[in-house]
Amino acid sequence: MSKFWTILRHTYLSHLKSKSFIIMTIATLVIIIGLTNFQNIVDLFSGDDEDSTSQIAVIDETDQLYTALEQNIGAVNEEVELTQYDGTEEEAKNAVKDGEFQAFVHLVLDDQNLPAATYYAMNASESSTVNQIQQSLSQLKTGMVTQQAGIDVETVEQMLAPVEIEKVALAEESKTEEELNQARGLVYFMIFLIYFAVLVYGNMIASEVAVEKSSRVMEILVSSVSPITHMFAKIIGIALLGLTQFGLIIIVGYTSLKMNQNELVGGMFEYLGLGDIPISTIAYALLFFILGYLLYAMLAAMLGSLVSRTEEVNQIVTPMMLLVIAAFMIAMYGLNDPTASFVTITSYIPFFTPIIMFVRVGMLDVPIWEIALSIGILLVTIFIFAKIAAKVFKGGVLMYGPSSSLKDIKRAIQLTKKD
Amino acid sequence: MTLELNAVTKKFGSFTAVDHLTLEIPESQIFGFLGANGAGKTTTFRMILGLLEQTYGTIKWNGDSIGYNKSHLIGYLPEERGLYPKQKVDEQLVYLGRLRGMEKSDAIKQLDYWLNRFNVPEYKGKKVEELSKGNQQKIQFISAVIHNPKLLILDEPFSGLDPVNVEMLKKAVVDLKEQGTSIVFSSHRMEHVEELCEHLCIMHHGTPVVHGGLRQIKRDFGKKNVIVRADFDVSFIKDIPGVVRYRQVPEGCEVQIESEEISQKILSELQGKGFVRTFDLEEPSLNDIFIEKVGASYE
Repeated sequence: MSKFWTILRHTYLSHLKSKSFIIMTIATLVIIIGLTNFQNIVDLFSGDDEDSTSQIAVIDETDQLYTALEQNIGAVNEEVELTQYDGTEEEAKNAVKDGEFQAFVHLVLDDQNLPAATYYAMNASESSTVNQIQQSLSQLKTGMVTQQAGIDVETVEQMLAPVEIEKVALAEESKTEEELNQARGLVYFMIFLIYFAVLVYGNMIASEVAVEKSSRVMEILVSSVSPITHMFAKIIGIALLGLTQFGLIIIVGYTSLKMNQNELVGGMFEYLGLGDIPISTIAYALLFFILGYLLYAMLAAMLGSLVSRTEEVNQIVTPMMLLVIAAFMIAMYGLNDPTASFVTITSYIPFFTPIIMFVRVGMLDVPIWEIALSIGILLVTIFIFAKIAAKVFKGGVLMYGPSSSLKDIKRAIQLTKKD
Repeated sequence: MTLELNAVTKKFGSFTAVDHLTLEIPESQIFGFLGANGAGKTTTFRMILGLLEQTYGTIKWNGDSIGYNKSHLIGYLPEERGLYPKQKVDEQLVYLGRLRGMEKSDAIKQLDYWLNRFNVPEYKGKKVEELSKGNQQKIQFISAVIHNPKLLILDEPFSGLDPVNVEMLKKAVVDLKEQGTSIVFSSHRMEHVEELCEHLCIMHHGTPVVHGGLRQIKRDFGKKNVIVRADFDVSFIKDIPGVVRYRQVPEGCEVQIESEEISQKILSELQGKGFVRTFDLEEPSLNDIFIEKVGASYE
């Protein structure tokens, strides 16, 4: 047992102190801080950018629209500033050309005595301001028309209000739309976490094993400690490393979020459903995370033990990566349609369970026996794989040769047999 | 603490890598384990260490089988050298020492002792990849002996070292033997084996073809060497019956003869032909025995 801890400590510390790990962690933290302070950063750059206010000249030949228009626009958008222009049309156009104004609006009343306008700007492509002016004028027009027709304001409001539709799910396992939206954000977040953890740490384990093998230090290691102890100490050591990294990210992210909560309320924060997370979802996330990591980590250690040179690691872990990517793709699909039978079936396949069953658990009210079944299958698979991986690892670390393919699994197992 | 191998056989599928190997290596002995590449040496070492399981036969050390619970008593220097290239010498030797069951403080003490003994204390804080190949070899040797093992397996310990360093390591091996360590020693350099080992075994295709004490082996071999240096042409010697091998060298020849008596025949043939500078009858070298037993074309 003490050798187990020695290897675990060595694996953990040597990675913790490595340059690549430190750089990667710091880079991630900087990105996290950047994301959580997004609003502040945007404000910082737009704060002193006064020119973004559009100065627009208005010639009002109707003598009744300008005040209403200015009030209307001012309420919607502070960045558009209207000025009543005293000169002629030509003078106003020249003022736009000189850059004194962004645009010039000529307000008139048409033959039906309703508002009409012409918009002059250096280029007519800038549409948001035009749209706002159009909307404001339309509102004014509605008011004028209803007034002319003698309909009172309340009637108009009733007429224009949208019809309310309430969604009620009849299936027992569905959650309400509101719950679903909230869950989607969190599940999405967790899937990413699991996906990246498996990708990054799985690769780390495989290359770690390959480095020890290619530098031939492995032969000394396995003569001191049993390969099985070695493999599991390595897997847990890297797991602790991952937890350290995630822990740091979560602490820094959470603190940074808290500090900026005011800006973020109603924004991404709520979209991710982080405001109100059900405890069971967190527990499942943790459980599936650990099980998924274990399964893939053993797979990675096994594959890493088969290659003779570190350059071959990427090649040999490709099938494993494809599995994770496939799981991720199905999960993305499952986020939009969690009840699809395709998603249900794949959630029982052990290599997909950690991600896809979690999608179902997070998005639906899955019966407990289904969850138990999938976890059962996963546990059995992990157990079987632990045996196979340990065997392959034991033989694989002694095997050197030019080709590194999955066929070597058979050779490696053969090597550990008595004959 | 005697190491005993009894009829140990290892098959990989239909291929027999080691066939009925029986050995006994007592305490305080350096046992030479020789053989051409692929003769089954590394496989035997791996079986002794428990990395591979033998198909038949038993391997006992002091009457017990060898498992990881004994790894603190065993030292291993594999033929393929390997250390963590990016790690510092002290870090990884302490790590490897701890994996052999040492306390950290103890490992540091032993490390300092060995680094000083090999005149390289300045390498303590250096990364292994910064060291020359010969110096990496020394570090590797330390990794095999740092925990003061009772059974030490050295696979080609001196390859790639200059003569000064070879002497230094040889001295260390002999010291360990005198402290009671059983040492299994494999080398392709026969002069090293002749110098260090009193007992040896030559493996050929998984079978021991020669086995026993060095002196006995030489005596049993029968054949002897005769070295002749003379001022005249001595090539007629190769036609004398009983001369097995003939090798022309400047100013004479070196021949292998079937038995001692043939030397007298050669001597009488040489008489009267001219000035003989050297006439020497020698024991066969281990090299001769090896080549004879394992086959020619091996150097």
